[in-house]
Amino acid sequence: MTQPEIDLHPRPGDAIRKTTCYMCACRCGIDVHVKNGKVAYIEGNRDHPVNQGVLCAKGSAGIMQHNAPSRLRAPMKRVGPRGSGEFEEISWDEAYDIAASWLTPIRETDPSKLAFFTGRDQSQSFTSWWAQAFGTPNYAAHGGFCSVNMAAGGIYTMGGAFWEFGQPDWDRTKLFILFGVAEDHDSNPIKMGIGKIKANGARVVGVNPIRSGYNAVADDWFGITPGTDGLLILSLVHCLMKAGKIDLEYLRDFTDAPVLIDAREGPGQGLPLKDDDGHALVWCRREQRPRCFDAEDVDPDLNGAWLDGDVTHRTVFHAMAQKYLDPAYAPETVAEATGIPAPRIRALAAEIARVAFDEEIVLDREWTDFRGRKHTTMKGRPVSFHAMRGISAHANGFQTCRALHMLQILIGSVETPGGFRFKPPYPKPATAHPKPHCKVTPGAPLDGPHLGFVHGPEDLALKDDGSPARIDKAFTWENPMSAHGMMHMVISNAHAGDPYKIDTLFLYMANMAWNSSMNTSGTMKMLSDKDANGDYVIPHIIYSDAYSSEMVAYADLILPDTTYLERHDCISLLDRPICEAEAAADAIRWPVVEPDRDVRGFQTALIQLGAKLGLPGFVKDDGSAKFTDYADYMVSHERRPGVGPLMGWRGNGDETGRGAPNPNQLDRYIENGGFAISHIPDEAQFYKPWNMGYQNWAVGLGLYDKPAPYIFTLWSEPLRKFQIAAEGHGPRQPPDHLRDRIKATFDPLPIWWDATETHGQGGYDITALTQRPMAMYHSWGTQNAWLRQIHGENPLYLPTEIWTEHLFEEGDWAQVTSPHGEITVPVAHMPALNANTVWTWNAIGKRKGAWALQDDAPEVTKGFLLNHLIHELLPPKGDGLRWSNSDPITGQAAWFDLKVKIRKTAAPADGTTKPDLGHQTSPVGHGPAVLKWEVT
Amino acid sequence: MTSLPASTDKKLGLVIDLDTCVGCHACVTACKGWNTQNYGAPLSDIDPYGAAEGTFLNRIHAFQVEPDQGLAQTIHFPKSCLHCDDAPCVTVCPTGASYKRVEDGIVLVNEDACMGCGLCAWACPYGAREIDQAAGVMKKCTLCVDRIYNENLPEEDREPACVRTCPAGARHFGDLADPESAVSRLVATRDGVDLMPEQGTRPVNKYLPPRVKDSLQAPEMEGAEDILAPFLAPVAEEPKGFLKWLDTALEKL
Repeated sequence: MTQPEIDLHPRPGDAIRKTTCYMCACRCGIDVHVKNGKVAYIEGNRDHPVNQGVLCAKGSAGIMQHNAPSRLRAPMKRVGPRGSGEFEEISWDEAYDIAASWLTPIRETDPSKLAFFTGRDQSQSFTSWWAQAFGTPNYAAHGGFCSVNMAAGGIYTMGGAFWEFGQPDWDRTKLFILFGVAEDHDSNPIKMGIGKIKANGARVVGVNPIRSGYNAVADDWFGITPGTDGLLILSLVHCLMKAGKIDLEYLRDFTDAPVLIDAREGPGQGLPLKDDDGHALVWCRREQRPRCFDAEDVDPDLNGAWLDGDVTHRTVFHAMAQKYLDPAYAPETVAEATGIPAPRIRALAAEIARVAFDEEIVLDREWTDFRGRKHTTMKGRPVSFHAMRGISAHANGFQTCRALHMLQILIGSVETPGGFRFKPPYPKPATAHPKPHCKVTPGAPLDGPHLGFVHGPEDLALKDDGSPARIDKAFTWENPMSAHGMMHMVISNAHAGDPYKIDTLFLYMANMAWNSSMNTSGTMKMLSDKDANGDYVIPHIIYSDAYSSEMVAYADLILPDTTYLERHDCISLLDRPICEAEAAADAIRWPVVEPDRDVRGFQTALIQLGAKLGLPGFVKDDGSAKFTDYADYMVSHERRPGVGPLMGWRGNGDETGRGAPNPNQLDRYIENGGFAISHIPDEAQFYKPWNMGYQNWAVGLGLYDKPAPYIFTLWSEPLRKFQIAAEGHGPRQPPDHLRDRIKATFDPLPIWWDATETHGQGGYDITALTQRPMAMYHSWGTQNAWLRQIHGENPLYLPTEIWTEHLFEEGDWAQVTSPHGEITVPVAHMPALNANTVWTWNAIGKRKGAWALQDDAPEVTKGFLLNHLIHELLPPKGDGLRWSNSDPITGQAAWFDLKVKIRKTAAPADGTTKPDLGHQTSPVGHGPAVLKWEVT
Repeated sequence: MTSLPASTDKKLGLVIDLDTCVGCHACVTACKGWNTQNYGAPLSDIDPYGAAEGTFLNRIHAFQVEPDQGLAQTIHFPKSCLHCDDAPCVTVCPTGASYKRVEDGIVLVNEDACMGCGLCAWACPYGAREIDQAAGVMKKCTLCVDRIYNENLPEEDREPACVRTCPAGARHFGDLADPESAVSRLVATRDGVDLMPEQGTRPVNKYLPPRVKDSLQAPEMEGAEDILAPFLAPVAEEPKGFLKWLDTALEKL
């Protein structure tokens, strides 16, 4: 028979517009095919440095996010009670009038009455600048409840961390070890990297309680007990040190391992010895005297000892040997706690040793280090690591992250070929970052940036009376090094009036009334709670989002954002750029289609509101608006002279990094596919913290103004300074109830302790986790007609041990309790799971009425949140104090310390998971009955 | 009944690497996007914001595997039409709508001739066909026949949408009739397999099996006989001895 004629050459669209994806935070380049002004197809941009043409499930489903029925349509003011979802659409002018009527008086009297926090924000250098101009100290993005431990642990230890700070040397690594990672981060680069190293024949090792996703393809899986990663890592350190499988040359030349520690009793004990200029001292082997670490001809002695009067100052490395060679870290000792048999721990350590030292890589590239010494080669130890929230979202997470970096450094695999490489603007040590600022002046800006890195008690954000300056209590004795703030404490503290009451809570893109809060039902009550006068305890709430999330119902005023295809954005070197290890790069979003609703990009709304409030920087001398919109800001704002949000095509169009604002800059970005890239010279691509080739290149690009080489700090001086304060030294003293905790946990060398102890009392002995699937991003995926068909339900997965012990069968339900709450949920069996861990997908469950879903959507009936079981505070200890469920060092929300009990229960009569938190009216109606989304 | 061609000039198909597929579903939505917009009726979704039942040409399944020895595993298994040489879905078709192309072996449905009877879906042992409820016609993987020859696409993009988008590089496209093609060589070196060969369908698509897992078990690691043991031979048992070793080692640097 004859075959039918078919059209083999359809055109996907009539134009391709290249912009940046925002289906998650990974910022891939996309080609948006547009047909008659409508989005017809989205695929990856082959030229883009992040994704090189590929695109994940979320990105490829972007068209369904762009057309989602949950999109907000116009500004709204609340007309029903908080939580009801009853709104009335208003004009932008009225919306700004309402906002100004709340914000103007508090700015004039006490700007700290505004708490402005942003969620999945990629414009923090801008939003923080706005908050600074307003004058409130109460600003942060969501890092505190996300992964601050990873970021801060890395920056304090080695001047950078994983993901956007750095990446494995995918082309050269031969052993890749992945510790607990949310499967949607760093979405495409990790998948591309795993594919690449597998094709190269390298080994992939996964350390994760759950064998899904990346761990499913790992050649070796270590199904660790949650929260014990630090213990496993320190055992690996023990094995490697004991075997001498460490890179002594690297430790000697590029780290503080040879730095001498003050042995004299008193307020300096345990701090690195320094000369009068603040340079750390090492013991010089050749001259047998203490000398500056960076002297040209110094020969640092890892085992140096300086007999100084009646004390002997010894090195950091000496302290490490004393600590980590202790049998407390032997594999046999840690096997039970970690759930990994001792022989497997040894096997992993031996494999690290074998690859690091028997498969050494040498590149013939000349370079010069910061001591002025020339090297003819670049030597690499091809073992690379990656980790994220799995190890950081524990109360011991900061020290665990530091332990992992210490392991990397011990084998000389940071910034060396085959190991882990920084991406510009990193390397950048904690000392090169700002310190937190909190000085409030009515009617005036804050005295500096809100967030930063503290280096001792003197940097804490405390008022003169010692009380917390910030509503979230970041940078206080409860969590001194909370570099990203503590968004998860804002609502709880504002409701409690602890440390003080606020007037207006202003949130952007953060679903705090649902999946982004611990203690979800409690948070919903706090948001709608009234005082004795019948007024809301939190008087005003402004919220901006593009979609009808659960949080919308709790706001008094809604500023509707655009979708990611309708907006300007800059993915900037000033905050979270898209750099690669071999290049600096930044990117833009631009409106590839125009909105069909009365919505404005949030940053544009903030600019317009800033002008209306007359904030400095947002108005000209005559009081008129300085910027028309965010696009104008992106091009014309200068943070320092010649340095602005975007690095590409500055000045007359041929300058990169530094140069005057160029009015045609955005056109040039669009012509180039939405991004700019500047390659790092070959001789500067490794050893960046110490490589003068890199340092000079970075100065040229404007990353910093003079070369800033540094050595890695295995010994944390800031941690020790807080310990010293807790020991009673110094003018700023912690409250007595925190002294012992600070002494125990602020060890200047990485340690491990069981952070789940408080949670586990009373027989709660099963760890419960969530993870994010690769095909969803937080709660966003649910409004996406395609993605929600992939992950529309989230059973609680149980390991064989628990499944058989409780005689569970397919289709069963369980009642799960924690010290804080109870949920009733469907269960499923998963053998490839740590024997004492249960888990589910994060943020699948939805509240009835949200996200424009129908009431019978499986997310509403079968989906659920684990958040109901997790409190933002620890169980009461009987001392009347509110102890936050956070890392005592950084304040990172300890999501993964949750402990539960499980029992089999009958399926609820209505077939719906419990608790049922009721219905909210959808301000946007519900989606259509059928989709046939062909764009013509 | 519809007949199959005696032979095809090429055997275009996919080689899917189960060792590398992380189960991310990128191929699923890239496929849905392209094929909603292109070949035939759009892939519809019924009750898309409620109980949701949509048409997909490619789906990922996840399996738990419990070997007799060793740790349990998770295997992600992408599944779409395998473009069989002996395609039972074609021979069963009462209208001739299902057919296998002579030039490249791609199995297609001529939607103009399809009456939506569903016999082909019953005949397919892989469950790789889905009836589109809105259009009432049978849908299946077209191997992006409207991409792979498409002169309106850049040459490098003339491959199926699922292959172009796969972040891990787990999907490969090519001519499996040509033993020298990259896909044929991949099948040869990685011992690629047919899915359910006992069905006698002679699928063109091949799967590359996962590599052996969890070899770092080393239960015998206690003894010196283990090949990795020398890498951890202690330089000293105590910190004091270790620091002595350190001095000697530093001398040698």
